[in-house]
Amino acid sequence: MKRTTAIMAATAALLASTGLARAEGELNIYNWGNYTSPEMIKKFEDAYKVKVTITDYDSNDTALAKVRQGGSGFDMVVPSQNYLPIWISEGLLLETDPGKMENFKNVAKEWVNPEFDPGRKYTVPWAMGTVGTVVNTDVYKGDINTWDIIFKTPDELKGKVNVVPEMTDVIDAAVLYSGGTKCTGDLAILKKVRDTLVAAKPNWVAMEYGTIEKMGSGDFSASSDWNGSAFRQRLKNPAIKYGYPKEGFVNWSDNLAVLKDAKNVENAKLFQNFMMDPQNAGMNSGFHRYANGIAGSDEFMPADMKGAPEIEVPAEFAALGVPSQTCPPEVQELYTKIWTELQK
Amino acid sequence: MTGVAGTIEAEKSRDIRKRWLLSLPALLIILIAATGPLLIVLVYSFLTPGPYGDVQWLPSPDGWISVVMEKDIFDGTFSLADAHVSIFIRSVVLSLATTVLTLLVGFPTAYFIATRPEKTRELWLFLITIPFWTNLLIRTFAILEIIRNEGLINGLMLKFGLISKPVQMLFTDGAILTGMAYVYLPLMVLPLYASMEKLDFRLVEAGYDLYATPFKVLRKIIIPLVKPGVVAGSILVFIPALGAYVTPSILGGGKNLMLGNLIELQFGQGRNWPLGSALSITLMLIVMVALLVYVRNAGSQGSRHG
Repeated sequence: MKRTTAIMAATAALLASTGLARAEGELNIYNWGNYTSPEMIKKFEDAYKVKVTITDYDSNDTALAKVRQGGSGFDMVVPSQNYLPIWISEGLLLETDPGKMENFKNVAKEWVNPEFDPGRKYTVPWAMGTVGTVVNTDVYKGDINTWDIIFKTPDELKGKVNVVPEMTDVIDAAVLYSGGTKCTGDLAILKKVRDTLVAAKPNWVAMEYGTIEKMGSGDFSASSDWNGSAFRQRLKNPAIKYGYPKEGFVNWSDNLAVLKDAKNVENAKLFQNFMMDPQNAGMNSGFHRYANGIAGSDEFMPADMKGAPEIEVPAEFAALGVPSQTCPPEVQELYTKIWTELQK
Repeated sequence: MTGVAGTIEAEKSRDIRKRWLLSLPALLIILIAATGPLLIVLVYSFLTPGPYGDVQWLPSPDGWISVVMEKDIFDGTFSLADAHVSIFIRSVVLSLATTVLTLLVGFPTAYFIATRPEKTRELWLFLITIPFWTNLLIRTFAILEIIRNEGLINGLMLKFGLISKPVQMLFTDGAILTGMAYVYLPLMVLPLYASMEKLDFRLVEAGYDLYATPFKVLRKIIIPLVKPGVVAGSILVFIPALGAYVTPSILGGGKNLMLGNLIELQFGQGRNWPLGSALSITLMLIVMVALLVYVRNAGSQGSRHG
């Protein structure tokens, strides 16, 4: 009898608590895997009594394909800057006008009016960084500041290299490696790109997103990767170093937007504003280990982020970075074809 | 036509009509839930891919052509799509290997269970079903933990000095095979057990009494009698293995694709729904042909014994 009562009480409590969460609202965020600070989400949940659900994706194309089909049920998404114009022109994003939100004053000057979202009509900065190489220097002692790691893999790394399957990152790297400029439509260069990629692939062991875990555990000894991910790998194993390829590398940013078919628009707007608070942005950086574009967030980040070689591009490499941008559709189509051929 | 016969006829046709009416809901569900979507897939396979996925309503045979042929991006020449062909071959070979492997492991297991005293059989069967309690994804990740470079097997072999550096097992075809054999094993054991349970073990004893070797007993008595179980188990393993998606994508590392992954790719990053649809239908056709061959073979053999 006592037990039944206890169970009934527990059920009632459970119903009440879920009912409460429902009443206050939900927020469904569709974001890159391993990219959102759980601690920060908890803070948001507690502050606004909102239940946050995060679903992962592993590439811009996956996210775009899924949301474009409609009925995804997500409220927010974090596309890279080169995909943003597609999201906007395809009518997938809601114009929430973050430029007019209370915390917008905290956005760092260079991110206030970016080319990919003029006047910040749709997005707030989430994180920004570079695309380079990570190498376990216990396995390979040579120069890591080159795309040779991926495209002309040294013997020590053959069969141990991973490539993160983000189409534009991989093709951009191959374009720069082949002596082209970003978004080139030069067929001679692109043919070289295709041949380079196809010839390089047999030396790769996998094309996976989860490098933080698998580099740390020794399943991969090198990979193409993003700087924040490289930082987290170094924290697991000090021998893992991030390389800035001398052939050139891409500077990117990811930005938080609200979907047009979002069901929890008000909560999504609250979250956009929340993310522009230096303390919250700093907390998030402490997790994903990228810069975040919010002025004054540094003081809320872990001390080891200051001067970290992954975050602050060393002076000798700084000039090699090229901004990520959306390529014209006909070039993009060629990229997609090369990518499909590589993936098969 | 006499009165009585007429009533019987009428009764019969009413009975038939009633049966059709009764099965109508099920037929409707099959029609709507299975045939409908399949028709959409079929139609999509003859359309033009949209710029960011989806389809444009322009008829085009390209989806089907690119199943077997590929057009060079730069010089426009057509050649055999060796990438697709090799994925098809890998899928079929891996699925056949999975079937054989599960049969080799599953047969003795089922025989063992069938020869236990009736009371304990249920316990053994229960043990076979335990893996089903865990999600497929989790079971696959468990395999990953065992075979990865710093995993259980490499760790033990390093510790006992059998190897000096980790053997690459993860992200190979062997890893996919191991994973699929593990995941599909119960699907082989259960039908095998079902037919072995009915096996009259007096026949086995009779075989031994007539001085047959154990191998001869197996080949001449047990296998012919449990053949329906072997056929059912093989079908249950081969078909899902052919379309497997999760196992090859986790254990193959996204580089060694199987058909299921190739199809998924077309609907995601590849942005080529018509090709994805054509590949799906091709997969279905392969399964159907394999089934027909199998069932026909099994059927004719069965009647010969009958």
